[in-house]
Amino acid sequence: MTKAHLELTGVEMAFETPKGAFVALDNLNLKIKKGEFVSLIGHSGCGKSTVLNIVAGLLQASKGGCVLDGHEVNSPGPERAVVFQNHALMPWLTVYENVELAVQQVFRKSMAKQERKDWIHHNLELVNMAHAASKRPGEISGGMAQRVGIARALAMKPSVLLMDEPFGALDALTRAHLQDSLMEIQQELNNTVIMITHDVDEAVLLSDRIIMMTNGPAATVGEDLRIELPRPRNRVTLADDPTYVHYRQEVLKFLYEKQRKLENIKTRKTHSAEQEESTARAAGA
Amino acid sequence: MTTLTNPTSRTGTPGWLKALASRFTGAELAQSGKQLLLPTIGILIFLGFWHLAAPQVNTSLGAFPGPAQVWEQGGQLWQEHANQRARADKFVTMQEERNARILADNPDADVKIRDYPGAPTFLDQVVTSLITVLAGFLLATAIAVPLGIVFGLNRHFQAAVNPLIQIFKPVSPLAWLPLVTMVVSATYVSDDPMFEKSFLTSMITVTLCSLWPTLINTSVGVAAVNPDLLNVSRVLRLSFSTHVRKVVLPSSVPMIFTGLRVSLGIAWMVLIAAEMLAQSPGLGKFVWDEFQNGSSQSLSRIMVAVLAIGFIGFLLDRLMLMIQKKVAWNE
Repeated sequence: MTKAHLELTGVEMAFETPKGAFVALDNLNLKIKKGEFVSLIGHSGCGKSTVLNIVAGLLQASKGGCVLDGHEVNSPGPERAVVFQNHALMPWLTVYENVELAVQQVFRKSMAKQERKDWIHHNLELVNMAHAASKRPGEISGGMAQRVGIARALAMKPSVLLMDEPFGALDALTRAHLQDSLMEIQQELNNTVIMITHDVDEAVLLSDRIIMMTNGPAATVGEDLRIELPRPRNRVTLADDPTYVHYRQEVLKFLYEKQRKLENIKTRKTHSAEQEESTARAAGA
Repeated sequence: MTTLTNPTSRTGTPGWLKALASRFTGAELAQSGKQLLLPTIGILIFLGFWHLAAPQVNTSLGAFPGPAQVWEQGGQLWQEHANQRARADKFVTMQEERNARILADNPDADVKIRDYPGAPTFLDQVVTSLITVLAGFLLATAIAVPLGIVFGLNRHFQAAVNPLIQIFKPVSPLAWLPLVTMVVSATYVSDDPMFEKSFLTSMITVTLCSLWPTLINTSVGVAAVNPDLLNVSRVLRLSFSTHVRKVVLPSSVPMIFTGLRVSLGIAWMVLIAAEMLAQSPGLGKFVWDEFQNGSSQSLSRIMVAVLAIGFIGFLLDRLMLMIQKKVAWNE
């Protein structure tokens, strides 16, 4: 077996709250190979974003940790570029300047001026946004802005690309279009990608592996599903491919049978009961 | 049917009106007419009300001036300014001629030109006031924006300073003025002062009263930068100064400008009161002097000043709005 490119070991994440520690993640282990496209799927509140933020270095695990290429991750950095759900482009900069900000910062020393310029254009072309280089994020559609967000992340030449529901805020047609683009780019660059998603089809279509997470609190990896569909993948022909349908069913089964969100209702009940109790106590005092 | 669409052609349109009308298309004319119509009606009703109500109010200086008297005094003030200017020019030309004569006799002679010693006119006072208010406002901006950035970036700092801001913010300029006057007299001692003491007093009072909105808005704007953008900055490992320059500042520019506009408005209001009390040259002093003067025209002249103060305040706000539109990315 090849050595893991990215490894999460015994990760626990506890947040301090007035009511005591809230354990979001508990003993989460994950190994990812170079060039793998991994999707994290699970119900909302299960800690998917927490996992991504720990890999990004934006959050620090309370126990355990994350190792990338033999180095421990303890702060954010451009080698783990993040694509945010809502593009997170600076609204006062043009499309070009947004990518430039990243390129300037990462390759200030290693690239000449002209080289950087070409590199920015190259990345904008990769996501088909070169035509809007001088536009501001407010002047382009959400899908286009998300493309620029991807271009900015790719321009950092990251060893891992982290995507936090990158297509969640987009309409279905735009989303499909961007998924296809992402597959092409991934095919070409062979980046390691970790993507959070809510969308079962998206997960099966794009991923080499789907990590299904159990419901929080104390969430961890529930199932690890390998998607062995040949690439390039075509959404139309795959739609009634029996293997594809089977994978899809596996994920759906996990989400809606094994990990149905029953706890939510239960916890809400105990919450309100607790609250009543505390108010009663306060009134008594 | 033509009478409905083009009634003027029957009654005969004056030539200039025709020329004017031909410059606009019908729709444009209707549009701008509509935009101007209601404000014009509002102003006319106000003037009518003023005209009717003013004579009913009797003071020891005669009836309260109506629009006609105020208009007349406005013209009068302009005339006085023009006369004074002419005299000043003559005064300087005379000196120049004399100096030329002296220099012709003796090229090494030490010649100088003295300023015209006449009293400042209404327009001079307006200019003085504008200079004072801009100086005070710029000083306030220079203090408030950097401080606001520091407070906005550091939650602990903000918590420590917030009570002070809340307490000093509502203080009236009149309360500050005696203190500022005393401090300026005590500390600004120089044989050849660059500024008049009275100018400094008014300016500092303006600064003290007008820096709060900018300070508060800047710190709020800085604290409210989109967390995603902050994360982008962290992922890029931007240095602190780059982070402030490239992310925090641009992001809070709209909020800062909102604060600046409020500050400038306050600065202008405060200035008039400060000038009145500090007896420093400017519009406030003009009003006070006319009040003390107590001639039959005083009330009209004060009314001219009141309208001028309002109009200048309005222009200052428009000016800030224009700058904001140039600078802010969200406009």
